[in-house]
Amino acid sequence: MIRDPSDLQRYNASERANHWITGICFILLALSGLALFHPALFPLTSLFGGGVWTRILHPFIGVIMMLFFVVMFFRFKRLNHMTDTDWEWVKRAKEMVDGDDHNMPEMGKYNGGQKLLFWFLGLAMLVLFVSGIVIWRAYFSHYFPIGVIRTGAVLHAVFATVMIIAIIVHVYAAIWVRGTIRAMLYGTVTRAWAKQHHRAWYRQMTGK
Amino acid sequence: MALQSLDIAKRSATTTEPPQARKTLEVAKLIDVSKCIGCKACQVACMQWNDLRDEVGSCGGTYDNPTDMTDQSWTVMRFAEVESEERGLEWLIRKDGCMHCEDPGCLKACPAPGAIIKYANGIVDFHQENCIGCGYCVTGCPFNVPRISKKDSKAYKCTLCSDRVAVGLEPACVKVCPTGSISFGSKEDMKELADERITELKERGFKNAGLYDPAGVGGTHVMYVLNHADKPSLYSGLPADPTIAPTVSLWKGFAKPLAMAGIAAAALGGLFHYVMKGPNEVSKEIEAEVEKELEGEK
Repeated sequence: MIRDPSDLQRYNASERANHWITGICFILLALSGLALFHPALFPLTSLFGGGVWTRILHPFIGVIMMLFFVVMFFRFKRLNHMTDTDWEWVKRAKEMVDGDDHNMPEMGKYNGGQKLLFWFLGLAMLVLFVSGIVIWRAYFSHYFPIGVIRTGAVLHAVFATVMIIAIIVHVYAAIWVRGTIRAMLYGTVTRAWAKQHHRAWYRQMTGK
Repeated sequence: MALQSLDIAKRSATTTEPPQARKTLEVAKLIDVSKCIGCKACQVACMQWNDLRDEVGSCGGTYDNPTDMTDQSWTVMRFAEVESEERGLEWLIRKDGCMHCEDPGCLKACPAPGAIIKYANGIVDFHQENCIGCGYCVTGCPFNVPRISKKDSKAYKCTLCSDRVAVGLEPACVKVCPTGSISFGSKEDMKELADERITELKERGFKNAGLYDPAGVGGTHVMYVLNHADKPSLYSGLPADPTIAPTVSLWKGFAKPLAMAGIAAAALGGLFHYVMKGPNEVSKEIEAEVEKELEGEK
């Protein structure tokens, strides 16, 4: 029951559900993956029913995440093409992080940072999926030579780490920019939020 | 299995020091390839002592039976027919199995605390009750030794009869070898024994006879006397200079603290950015502008 008719719809229900299924999978994967990556975090396996269950569940959760990520990727792909303005935004991002966004160029539905994150996540998911298959001992590892498995293990760890860092930035950005999280929770943002942060999108939505 | 009478020197996925008060003798098994007749008594003794029964397989065209190590066959004789101008046809038979590395790649790769133990005497042992079945030990091993069971997904390999050694017995394969090809004792004694045998072999014309105790893995607690020590690969692909792969060292070494630091920095960076710069709110002017625009619509 959304009471303010002037609010702008940013995500529909299906997009939101898609995002959160992917997000839940990510959190489960990060926790179980870190448990198997660093001995200090091995106790996190308790969240999944022990070490053996963590080992069994992690790759299946990964497959579910990949399926939903692929849907999300193609849903949002055409909105994420980098333009010259986006690169200008990226160049000035430091000013905004320092607390001054007066010189930031006008952004459409997504800014340059969001777009770069989108493409990085696409790459990371691809590498994690392929390397994950290679190191999935129960079903697939015996199809690959040992050198490929070893490289797969390193790539999986490296891309998972960078992706966890990227998602921390993604979540923090949503917290930092007030009024953002509601867009992914129930779909709408205020007009003032849109005009402040995504002015080109605001014009497009309101005709102003 | 956990054996209190054997002191632990290294434990998988454990970052703190193991107990070190007691010092024990380093042991080693010496396999003299030049004395081996390929009778497979060692394979039988291994099965019998460890209560293992492999399935009857099929013939791969060689005497290798079974054709590879499995969760039920922890040691396999590998038969290689090698021809050279100097010596004509030679039958090089190598008893394959865990080498019990001083620096075990399996243990380095293992993510489960206490699933792989290296005892102070040098034996590397898998504790299946702690094994999670990920197969990282296979990824880490430079000798392609661990095997994952299809039934229980646990990793298995030669224990160097840690249970027998703990009570002062020699490994089952050593006890049963009819030609004295396999010896067991302190690593020092085994090296001495190897030296004597190598001198003998050299006198008999094997000028490249030598000991296989590869330094790349810190030495091993299963050593071979090879009549052609200059070419270990002749013996069914025994690696000439085995080491823990650089990819495995990176994955299980430098990458771990670096990744933890990176993730912690991102999380703390976010918190302190918020605390020091404050939230990014919508400005009052824009709120007023939007308010006006909306009124204009009415």
